[in-house]
Amino acid sequence: MKYFNNPEAFLKLVVSMQDGFAATLTIFALTLVFSIPLGMVIALLRMSKSRIISTPIAAYILIMRGTPLMLQLFAVYFAIPMFFGVNLDRMTATILAFSLNYAAYFAEIFRGGIMSIPVGQYEASHVLGLTPVQTFFHIVLPQVVKRVLLPVSNEVITLVKDTSLANIIAVSELFRAAKNEASRTASVEPLFVAGLFYLLMNGVVTVFFSRLTSRFAYYKD
Amino acid sequence: MLQAINVAKSFGTEDVLRGVSLRVSRGEVVAIIGRSGSGKSTLLRCLNHLEEIDSGSIVIDGEVMAENDASGRARYRKDAELRAICQKMGLVFQDYNLFPHYSVLKNLVMPQTAVLHRSRQEAEAKARALLEKVGLADKADEYPCNLSGGQCQRVAIARALAMDPEILCFDEPTSALDPQLTQEVLSVIRQLADEQRTMIVVTHEMNFARDVADRVIYMEGGLIVEDGPAQKVLGSERSAAVRAFVGESGY
Ligand SMILES: Nc1ncnc2c1ncn2[C@@H]1O[C@H](COP(=O)(O)OP(=O)(O)OP(=O)(O)O)[C@@H](O)[C@H]1O
Ligand SMILES: [Mg+2]
Repeated sequence: MKYFNNPEAFLKLVVSMQDGFAATLTIFALTLVFSIPLGMVIALLRMSKSRIISTPIAAYILIMRGTPLMLQLFAVYFAIPMFFGVNLDRMTATILAFSLNYAAYFAEIFRGGIMSIPVGQYEASHVLGLTPVQTFFHIVLPQVVKRVLLPVSNEVITLVKDTSLANIIAVSELFRAAKNEASRTASVEPLFVAGLFYLLMNGVVTVFFSRLTSRFAYYKD
Repeated sequence: MLQAINVAKSFGTEDVLRGVSLRVSRGEVVAIIGRSGSGKSTLLRCLNHLEEIDSGSIVIDGEVMAENDASGRARYRKDAELRAICQKMGLVFQDYNLFPHYSVLKNLVMPQTAVLHRSRQEAEAKARALLEKVGLADKADEYPCNLSGGQCQRVAIARALAMDPEILCFDEPTSALDPQLTQEVLSVIRQLADEQRTMIVVTHEMNFARDVADRVIYMEGGLIVEDGPAQKVLGSERSAAVRAFVGESGY
C-alpha cells in the first residue's frame, strides 16, 4: 500500500486527480443540461399521432438504447469529422454523444410518465378552457416530474459512472487520471480512489433526489 | 339556451347517438336517465366538446358550435370561436378530476387566471366565495388527496362554477359516493337549481331527478325515448319503457 495508509500521499494523489474530477463533473453536468430537455422533446415527438414523426423517433430511441454507448462515442468522435468535415474536440464529442444517448433514455422515462397521467386530467383541463399548451405546462408536467423522479435518479446515477467511458477517446477525465497515476506508480490504489470519487458523487445525487422526493410528497396521486 | 338537433355520433361501427334532439331553456334543470350504454355520457361529452359529433348541430346561447355542411357532416367552428362557445358550458365528472398537485384554492384560481385572465385577487375572492357556498371554506388550503369523495365532488362543482358557465352539466356526479356523501353533493346541486341555474344532470338517483329536475329525459339505444316534465316521465303514468328501466334500478 502506498496511499491508503499514508494520509499525506493520499492527499497528494487526490489533488493530482482534481483536473480529471473537474472534467468528469463537466461531462456529467452538461450531459444533464442537454439531455433532459432534449429527452422531453423526443418523448413528445415519439407520442406524435403522425407516423412520419413518431417512427423515425422510435428508430432513434432503438439505436441509442440498442448499441453500446462506447460505440456511439467512437461514432461521434470519428465519424462526424469524416462526414461533415468539422473537427470536434474530445470533450465536445463526449458531451454530444452522452447527451444524445441519455436523451433517449430520458425520453422513454418521460413518455411513461406522461402516459400515466389519467385522461381525466386532460378532459377537465379542456372543459375548463385551458389550451393544450397550458394543460401541458400547468397540469401534466408537474405531475409527470413527481412520477419520474425515481427512474430519473437511476439514470443520473448510471451517468455518473458512465462518464468514465470518455477515457476511451482519451478525454482526461477522472478514470483516465486514475489509470495514468496507477501505471505511473505501479499501484492499483488510484483506481480505488477514483471509485471513491464516483461513490461520493452518487452520494450527493442520492441525497439530492431524496430531498426532491420529499418536496413532492405534499400530495398523493 | 341550448339546442341540439339530430346529433349523431358513432365509435367505429357502433352508433352511440342516433339522432338526438334536445332543447334546454334558461334556468331549466334537465335530468337524463337511462341504462348503462344508452349514450348519456356521450351526449354530455359532445355538448362539452370532449367528443366531436358526426352530424347534426349544437347551438349554445345562440352561438353555433357545430352544424352540418352541405354533405351532411358536422363542421365545427374555428378554434378560438369554439373555445369561446365551450366556455359557456361547464362539466362535472363522475370521478371529479381535480388537479392533485394543486390545493383546493388553486384548483379554483388557476383556471380563472389562465383562461379568463382574472387577477389573482379577483380569482381568489371568487374561489373563496364558491368554497363557502359548497361548505368547504375551511378546506381551501387542503390538497384533494386529503378530502373525502363528497368533498372532492363539491370542490369540482365549485371549480366549474368559478368559470361562470351558462350551462352546467353533471355526469353521474354521485356514482362514486356512498349514500351519505351522495346527499351532501345532491344538496349542493339542489341549491344551484333553486338559484335558477341551467343544468343538465345525468343521474341514477331517481328521487333526485323527480324532485329537482324540471324535465326528465329517458335515453335508450342512443335515442331520447321520453322527454317531459319530471312528474309525467317518472310519475304514475310513466311509459312502459321507463317503467321497465325504473323497475330494474329499484326505484
Ligand atoms: N371512446 C369510446 N370509444 C368507443 N366506444 C365508446 C367510447 N365511449 C363510449 N363508447 C360506447 O358508447 C356506448 C355509450 O356509452 P356511454 O358512456 O355514453 O353510455 P352511458 O349511458 O353514459 O352509460 P353509463 O350509465 O354506464 O355511464 C357504450 O356502448 C360504450 O361502449
Ligand atoms: Mg356514463
